[in-house]
Amino acid sequence: MEGFVKVLKKLMRNPTSIAGLLLVLLFVAIAILAPVLAKPPYPDTPYQMPQNGWSSVPQPPSHEDIFGTTEGQYDIYYGIIWGTRTAFKLGIFVIGLALIIGLFVGTISAYFGGWVDEVLMRVTDIFLAFPFLVGVIVIVTMLGPGLNHVMWALVIFYWMGYARLIRGSVLEVKENDYVMAGRALGTPGARIITRHILPNSIYPILIQVSMDMATIPLTAAALSFLGLGAPVGYADWGQLVSFSRNWIISSSGGNPFAYWYTITYPSLAIILYAMGWNLLGDSLRDILDPRMLI
Amino acid sequence: MRKLEKLQNDSKAKTDEKVLLEVKNLKKYFPIKAGVFKRTVGWVKAVDDVSFFIRKGETLGLVGESGCGKTTTGRTILRLIEPTAGSVHYNGEDLLAMSKRKMNKYRTKLQMIFQDPYGSLDPRMRVKDIIAEGLKAAHIGNRKERYEMVKEYMEKVGLSPLYVNRFPHEFSGGQRQRIGIARALIMNPELIVCDEAVSALDVSIQAQILNLLDDLQKEFNLTYLFIAHDLNVVKHISDRIVVMYLGKIVEIASKHELFNNPLHPYTKALLSANPIPDPTIERKDRIILQGDVPSPANPPKGCRFHPRCWLAKPVCSEEEPPLVEVRPDHYVACHFWEEMEKQN
Repeated sequence: MEGFVKVLKKLMRNPTSIAGLLLVLLFVAIAILAPVLAKPPYPDTPYQMPQNGWSSVPQPPSHEDIFGTTEGQYDIYYGIIWGTRTAFKLGIFVIGLALIIGLFVGTISAYFGGWVDEVLMRVTDIFLAFPFLVGVIVIVTMLGPGLNHVMWALVIFYWMGYARLIRGSVLEVKENDYVMAGRALGTPGARIITRHILPNSIYPILIQVSMDMATIPLTAAALSFLGLGAPVGYADWGQLVSFSRNWIISSSGGNPFAYWYTITYPSLAIILYAMGWNLLGDSLRDILDPRMLI
Repeated sequence: MRKLEKLQNDSKAKTDEKVLLEVKNLKKYFPIKAGVFKRTVGWVKAVDDVSFFIRKGETLGLVGESGCGKTTTGRTILRLIEPTAGSVHYNGEDLLAMSKRKMNKYRTKLQMIFQDPYGSLDPRMRVKDIIAEGLKAAHIGNRKERYEMVKEYMEKVGLSPLYVNRFPHEFSGGQRQRIGIARALIMNPELIVCDEAVSALDVSIQAQILNLLDDLQKEFNLTYLFIAHDLNVVKHISDRIVVMYLGKIVEIASKHELFNNPLHPYTKALLSANPIPDPTIERKDRIILQGDVPSPANPPKGCRFHPRCWLAKPVCSEEEPPLVEVRPDHYVACHFWEEMEKQN
């Protein structure tokens, strides 16, 4: 807890880290307050974006739809607000599960070494051999589109990075005398891992996690853009961008940027979200350097 | 000569005391792996057939230069490294033959103090958790009782109990070593292996820690295996001294006997290299050894010291001298120890 306060204090000293923290907190607030900020017309299916009519031509921002509507008359504002929830849901689920698998595989493999290490790392190599996006697309096509399937597919191809990272970190930490001291005191292996090794090797992972919080929704957005992600009308930034594909430059003559709002607002949300996590991750990397903490 | 006789009588009187730990034919070979398939291409004989014993209540010094297997010996005795062969009898029971579970019960009785006061304390644990770690592992007391014990033992090693909630990086090297000592002591051990326990500290702190170890030995009737490379430190604290060279024991004798009548050429060379902190004394008996320590992966045949020994004769490169008791309680592994004695 003391360490956490220390980290917060250091975060507050640097303007870029404050910016990162504020952006992340802003999106957290949006996600939590989504039902207040954008009241769902059908409370049973809040993630379904409401449609104001059936015309395929986007409508500019108005009093009713403050960010305008996109193709199919989906309310952009509503999509962005509830899309924040989708982004967090994706990030937390995918990274949480990938982290658990990665921590398990990496720690076991580094702590026990020998053939255990060999087997687990070769399995990791097999998964790493698939190109990430291609692998995910294959799995999603096999399972069928849908956000849940996308999440599982991402987990399957995302844990290896964590496993490798934690393995390297544990290999370094386990050579310390305090690990041997723990053994000399009769501390069982499981407790040596949880009390001595993990607390000392987890920091590089935390930095990676905060960076990945930005990457995962981006990847999911890319899949939605390809039509493999959420079902049509599901509040998701990627899908909003996907809708705007035909309206980036107007084809009907007149002002070529007449439909600027279809692409600008969802992209802005994605950019700010990714930037927030990246800034935060960057400053965490500087702060959590173990040599600086001690 | 009379002095020598008296010393011999002294050591004889001590011989009858109870043997606490007996190490017999201890070996630890580390494999050298090479190639894609990690084939074993050779062995580093870090500890090669080492036998000695420790009596209850005494301090046995273990000296030798870097890489001679001192630390490996200490760690193998506690099974922190699994030995290749040999036995370690503690109160009549072989520690090396035990199951790991049973060995864990004995861990309270056999403790260790580490060399590096920085690396041996977990930087993310508070002092109270560090010191209580062994108690917790052995399921001794509840949380509150352990906390009281921690405070009590902190006082015993000269640390203020006010520091219980601090982290290791808030302490100096000497204070950290005291934490390490408290962590070992709280288990109420019989034997403590001090692995270069003071060599990372500066001289004034070394003296403090050595005196603390001395006081604790009297208070708790402890037995020490004191591993060090500094002869002055070993001389100060030990009753008997074991000298190792390249994974083998070359000489074991009581402190006075060893310093006054070294019977192995290596011991003599080692003693002559020990600086005397007095510039007015002129040294004329300095022995400078030729060459380097051979690699323990490929030790010389016969006596391991023969390539650097000034007494070496052809027999030395062929026949390995056994460790024999040539005087009461004085063991030496040299073909020509009698010649050495004449020189002394």
